[in-house]
Amino acid sequence: MAGAKNHDYHILPPSITPLLGSVTAFIMFFGLVMMFQPKVFGTYGSLVFGAGLIGVLYTFWTWWSDVINEAHAGDHTPVVQLHLRYGMIMFIASEVMFFVGWFWAWFDYSLFPVPLEVAYDEVKHTFDITNLFGQEGAAAASQFPAKGLEVFDAFSLPLLNTLILLCSGTTVTWAHHALLHGDRKGLINGLWVTIILGAIFSCVQAYEYSIAPFPFAGLNYGTAFFMATGFHGFHVIVGTIFLAVCLGRAYKGHFTPQQHFGFEAAAWYWHFVDVVWLFLFVVVYVWGGWGAPVHS
Amino acid sequence: MSTIAATANEFQAHGDDHAHDADHKPAFFARWFMSTNHKDIGTLYLIFAICAGIIGGGISGMMRWELAEPGIQHLTAWASWHNGLVGGGEATLNEAYHMWNVLITAHGLIMVFFMVMPAIIGGFGNWFVPIMIGAPDMAFPRMNNISFWLTVVAFIMLLGSSFVPGGSGYGAGTGWTVYAPLSTSGSVGPAVDMAIFSLHLAGAASILGAINFITTIFNMRAPGMTIHKMPLFVWSVLVTAFLLLLALPVLAAAITMLLVDRNFGGAFFDAAAGGDPVLYQHLFWFFGHPEVYIMILPGFGIVSQIVSTFSRKPVFGYLGMAYAMVAIGVVGFVVWAHHMFTTGLSVDMKMYFTAATMVIAVPTGIKIFSWIATMWGGSVSFKTPMVWAMGFIFMFTVGGVTGVVLANGGLDDNLHDTYYVVAHFHYVLSLGAVFSLFAGFYYWFGKMSGRHLNEFLGHLHFWLFFIGVNVLFFPMHFLGNQGMPRRIPDYNAAFAYWNQIASYGYVIMGVGVLVFFANVFWSLLAGRKAEGNYWGEGATTLEWTLSSPPPFHQFETLPVVK
Repeated sequence: MAGAKNHDYHILPPSITPLLGSVTAFIMFFGLVMMFQPKVFGTYGSLVFGAGLIGVLYTFWTWWSDVINEAHAGDHTPVVQLHLRYGMIMFIASEVMFFVGWFWAWFDYSLFPVPLEVAYDEVKHTFDITNLFGQEGAAAASQFPAKGLEVFDAFSLPLLNTLILLCSGTTVTWAHHALLHGDRKGLINGLWVTIILGAIFSCVQAYEYSIAPFPFAGLNYGTAFFMATGFHGFHVIVGTIFLAVCLGRAYKGHFTPQQHFGFEAAAWYWHFVDVVWLFLFVVVYVWGGWGAPVHS
Repeated sequence: MSTIAATANEFQAHGDDHAHDADHKPAFFARWFMSTNHKDIGTLYLIFAICAGIIGGGISGMMRWELAEPGIQHLTAWASWHNGLVGGGEATLNEAYHMWNVLITAHGLIMVFFMVMPAIIGGFGNWFVPIMIGAPDMAFPRMNNISFWLTVVAFIMLLGSSFVPGGSGYGAGTGWTVYAPLSTSGSVGPAVDMAIFSLHLAGAASILGAINFITTIFNMRAPGMTIHKMPLFVWSVLVTAFLLLLALPVLAAAITMLLVDRNFGGAFFDAAAGGDPVLYQHLFWFFGHPEVYIMILPGFGIVSQIVSTFSRKPVFGYLGMAYAMVAIGVVGFVVWAHHMFTTGLSVDMKMYFTAATMVIAVPTGIKIFSWIATMWGGSVSFKTPMVWAMGFIFMFTVGGVTGVVLANGGLDDNLHDTYYVVAHFHYVLSLGAVFSLFAGFYYWFGKMSGRHLNEFLGHLHFWLFFIGVNVLFFPMHFLGNQGMPRRIPDYNAAFAYWNQIASYGYVIMGVGVLVFFANVFWSLLAGRKAEGNYWGEGATTLEWTLSSPPPFHQFETLPVVK
C-alpha cells in the first residue's frame, strides 16, 4: 500500500541486529557450556564464550545507537516515548520477579532450617559441613545460619553500603532536577557523583566478598548469599554502565528538558537496584544473620 | 551523530521524513531475516511452530510405537542409532532407558516452548493483535524480531543437547520439569546445561514478547477502541503476556540455580548441604502453573472469536468473558503446589491448594457456558473453524473435569504421576490448546495467505483428528486408574490392551495431520482467492475490514471505532 503514514507510531526499516544478537547469544551460551564441560569440549570454551560476549555487547551497542539516532531523527513522538516508558517499567517488573526467586530460596532455608554443623579447619582453610539429619541433637541444631557459622556484621560494611546506595539515589535525583531545569553542568555533576558512589558500592562489595567467613560451595547459606547479593551486584554494575552512558550523552548534549527518556530509564533502573539492596540488607544481612556469631 | 544540539521541537519537525522507508516490501533476505513487520514475523513464528510440531509430534509417535506393547521393543535400536550419530557403539539397556527419558523430555519441551507458545502467541498474536486493535504494527517492531530469532536459537540449543552426553546416555533426560537432583547430580555431562540455556533463551524471547504485547495493547488501540471494546482474543493475549512477564523470570532464577549446583558446587538443591530439592519444585511450578494458562488463554480468545463469528452473534457476556480470563490469570499464580501434593506438604497446605485450585473452575465454567450461550439461538454455520472450536469446548471440558478430580490433594496421592495425569493434561493441551490452534488456523489462513483452505479436507482433518486423539488419550484415564505410572517405557502386561488401542489412536490422528498438510499445500498451490471478509456478517473484528492478505503496512490512516 503506497502512501505516507498518518499516525505517530514508529514503523521501522528492516534490521539485522536482532538476528545478530540471537546468533551471538547462542554462541555465548554455548561457550559457557563448553567452559562448564572441558572434558567433553576441550579447553576452547572461554574463547567461544568471549567471542559470543563481544557479539552480544556489539549488538547492544549498535541497537541502542540506532535507538538514539532514531530519537534524534524525530521518530520518538510522544506516543513512542510512552511505549519506551511502558517497556522499561515492565522490564523492571520482570527483574523484580527474577529476584523473587533468589529471595524465595533464602526464605526457604531460613524458615525451614536443616540441622547442619559447620567447622572451619584452620590448617587446611576448608569448611567441614556435617548434616545431623536423623541423628541425636538434630532438632536443637536446626538453626539458620548453621551452627558454627560466622556471618557478616550487618551494621558494619553492609550498612555503609546501604547509605552509599541511598545517597546515590538522591544524587541521581539531583541530576534529574538539574536536567529538568536545563542545567547541563548540574546534570553532569550529579551523574558523576552517582557513578562514583555506585563504583564505591561495588568495590566495598568486592572487598566484603574477599573476606567472607563462609564458603560459596557446599553450604546453602553461602550459595544463596553469594548468588542473591551477586546478582544484585551485577545489576549495580549494569546500572552504573547505564548511568555512564547517560553521562557521555549528557556531555554531547543529547538530553533536553523535554526529551530525555534514556536518562529517566537509567534513573528508574538505579532506584530499582537500590530497592533490591534494601530488601537484601533487611532480609539477608540483618534478619538472615540474626543470632549468628559475627565475623570480626 | 555529531551535531546533536537538537531540541524536542526539532525532533517533532523531522518526524515524517522516515515514513516512506518501509512502504515497499523489502527483498527476500531483508524481509525474512531482518523483519520489523508484525505480519511477517507472525508468519515466521507459524512456520517455525509447524516445524517444531512435526519434530515434537514425531517424537510422540516414537513413544506410542514403543508403548504399543509391553517390553522394550525399539528403544535399544533407537539408542544404538543415536549413539552411532555421535560415534558411539551398540546401546546398553541403561542407555535405552535414558533414550526414553530424552524422548519424553524433548516432547514436552518442544511442544510447550517451541510449538504451542510460538504458534499461538508469536504466530496468531503477532498477526492479529495489532490488526484487531487498529494498529499499524507492534510497539517495538525490532524487538519483536529478536523474540523470534531467540526462539529459533533456543530450539537449536535444545536439539543440539541430544548429541552430547547427559548422564547414562546422550541428551537431556530430566523431564520437561528438570527436577533436581536428577537434573543436578543425576545428569553428568553438558546435555542438561544446554537444555537449561535453551530455556533461558526461550524465556528471554518470551519476556521481550510479553513486554511488546502489553505495550502494544495499552498504547496503540485505535481511536474509540476502548479496553472494554477490545476483541476477546486481544484480552486473552493481554492476560497471557502478564503471566509470561511475571512467571518466566522465576523460572530463569530456578534454572540458574540448577546451573550453579551443577557447575559451581552450589547447594541450592543439595539436601546434604542444607539445600532443598522441594524448593526447586516450588520455583518451577510457580512458573509452571501460570505456564499452562499461558498455553490455553489465547486459545480461549480464538475460540471466542470463532464461536461469535459462526453464531452471527456478539459473544455472550463479553465483560464476564474478559474478566474470567483475568481471574484465571490472577488465581493461576496461587495454585502451583497442586503439582506437588506428594512431596510431603502438610495437610493444611494441601487443603489450601485444593480449594484454591477448585476456585479456577468458576471462571472457567463462565467461559464454557458463555460459549454455549453464544451459540444458543444463534444462526450457527458449521464451517471448519467452528467445528474445531466446538471440538475444543467439548475436549477442554473433559480435561477440565479431570482437572477438578486431580485438584483434590487426597485423590491425587493415588493419581499423581499416573497416566490419569497424562490423560488430563493432554485433554486440556493437545486436545484443548491444539484444537484452538487448528481452529485459528482454519479461521485466519485465508486472511494470512489470501487463499481459501478446502472445507471438505478441513472437516475430514477434524474428524480424523478428533477420533484419533480421543482413541489415543481417553484410554489413558483407565490406565491411570489402574495405576500405570507415567514416564516409564515398559509396563505390566495387564496394561497392554488400552496401550495398544491408544497407539492405534495415534495412527488415526497422524492420518488427520497428513490431510491437514495436504490441505495447506493444495490451498497454497490451487486454493480459491480469499476476499476481504470471507466469513460474512458474523465476522466483525477489524482484520475483516482489510484485504486478504492485508497490505504490508495496514492502517496508515488509523481506523475509528464507533
